[in-house]
Amino acid sequence: MAIASSEIGTADIETAAYDVERVREDFPLLRQTIDGQPLAYLDNAATTQKPQPVIDALMRFYTEDCSNIHRSVHRLGERATEQYEAARGKVRKFLNAASEREIVFVRGTTEAINLVAQSFRSLLAAGDEVLITGLEHHSNIVPWQLACEATGAKLKVAPLNERGEVDLDAYRRLLNPRTRITAFAHISNALGTVNPIAEMIRAAHAQGVPVLVDGAQAAPHLALDVRALDCEFYAISGHKMYGPTGIGALYGKQEWLERLPPWQGGGDMIRSVTFEKTTYNELPYKFEAGTPNIAGTIGLGAACDYLQALGRDRIARYEHTLLAYGTELLAAVPGLRMVGTAAEKAGVLSFTMNGVHPHDVGTVLDSLGVAVRAGHHCAQPVMDRFEIPATTRASLGLYNTRAELDRLAAGLRRVEEMFR
Amino acid sequence: MSQLGDLYQELILDHSKRPRNFGRLAGANRMAEGFNRMCGDKVTIYVELEGDIVKDVRFEGSGCAISTASASLLTGAVKGKTRAEAETLFENFHNLVTGAPTPGIDFGKLGVFAGVSEYPARVKCASLAWHTLHSALTAEATEPEPVSTE
Repeated sequence: MAIASSEIGTADIETAAYDVERVREDFPLLRQTIDGQPLAYLDNAATTQKPQPVIDALMRFYTEDCSNIHRSVHRLGERATEQYEAARGKVRKFLNAASEREIVFVRGTTEAINLVAQSFRSLLAAGDEVLITGLEHHSNIVPWQLACEATGAKLKVAPLNERGEVDLDAYRRLLNPRTRITAFAHISNALGTVNPIAEMIRAAHAQGVPVLVDGAQAAPHLALDVRALDCEFYAISGHKMYGPTGIGALYGKQEWLERLPPWQGGGDMIRSVTFEKTTYNELPYKFEAGTPNIAGTIGLGAACDYLQALGRDRIARYEHTLLAYGTELLAAVPGLRMVGTAAEKAGVLSFTMNGVHPHDVGTVLDSLGVAVRAGHHCAQPVMDRFEIPATTRASLGLYNTRAELDRLAAGLRRVEEMFR
Repeated sequence: MSQLGDLYQELILDHSKRPRNFGRLAGANRMAEGFNRMCGDKVTIYVELEGDIVKDVRFEGSGCAISTASASLLTGAVKGKTRAEAETLFENFHNLVTGAPTPGIDFGKLGVFAGVSEYPARVKCASLAWHTLHSALTAEATEPEPVSTE
């Protein structure tokens, strides 16, 4: 199993040329054709395809090491536990967290946010405020609405400008002594906007407000450093970063994870149980009730390794040139309007076609082997902001090529002719 | 590509660009709203029932070519039909777009939707207006709840 960087020393990875054709060889799914045409998979913001090392890790666990963790004395149990905890170490490194105690495994970003929002109810009261932004995915809106409904707190929303950027002045004004927590995406899934999160975190901290960052879209595109960012919580999904579905991680500063009560009860999260009193396990197990997704966790660790080996800044640079190329191509398509034109963007080309519904655009592109998403992208408030029901979204991954974007643009010209 | 042509037949493209019977119906005494969560398609069907006969029917809303054309062709197909005839037509139409057409049925213009059965993701688009019509026909003559094809 060769990955593009396997013959290069770690120190040289970031400067080595990016050979996308070589990278593509790591992804068996990409070898298929759709109606006789090679698949151009441009739906990476929905989920990413998996490289062979991730698939191998899942396969190896189930064929060689399958056992429950943290409780079996036999050899398989030891191996499974060791690999599960090794994955925690890999995620810690991936996020540059200080300690593995700060890495909680969850089903994905949605569950991570629900964990924090639900545990945070103990710190919310009537009159308190929770501040989010206008570009959030439903998973960073609804958990906070539920927490607010349960406690009488109010949900505040910082608006977007016409480019799809958070209005930072408004954001700062909305932070106030009543704000108990603020939560926002690192990168918008619907628009591709990269939020200036370092600045937003500083502004929140200046008011003593803890910060949760939804990193679902950022993890596959950017090198991350939660210590440099200094956020209190950072949430990621494995399947958006070339890992398995059903696994993700919540980073939480130790002091905050200690302060929050557990959100689910069960095995593994306890130290001792009697009918009178239960004492909770130490971090991070306090938040990991029940048998976890062991295979998925090991697969997530393999995905972290894969991205590190490929060079995360190198991936970001490659994707950046790809996005610039695609932006230019699409600008020349008649009747196309880009939705989300932030100065800082990553990975996403979201657009409408004059007089053509995104669903029809998606079907025509699919018939040409080009896979995109059509819809509201689980971000209805973003669609409302731009007064559109839906967009077509092409989202880029580390294996996409200029040739695939050429096919996208050609397909869109065909759409324009067909529905003119 | 031929498959794509089966889906987007001329008649469908025509009705999607120039929908017939589009807009509110002044004399409507039945009305229902339909919403497809997956793609955000919305349709409102207005029906003027006279006894058991669909005397007039119009629609408004926004959606993809398939859902718009389906609503447009629906209005032509059910005008003058009894409620029971319209419901039977819905059932036959649903069988057509899910790839199990009842043998021996003459679908007339609605036959252009046969190609939808090759696109499972689009069945909801084609059937949204029909679900909404069903809701309108079974509603009391008061304001009904929106229906969903979910």
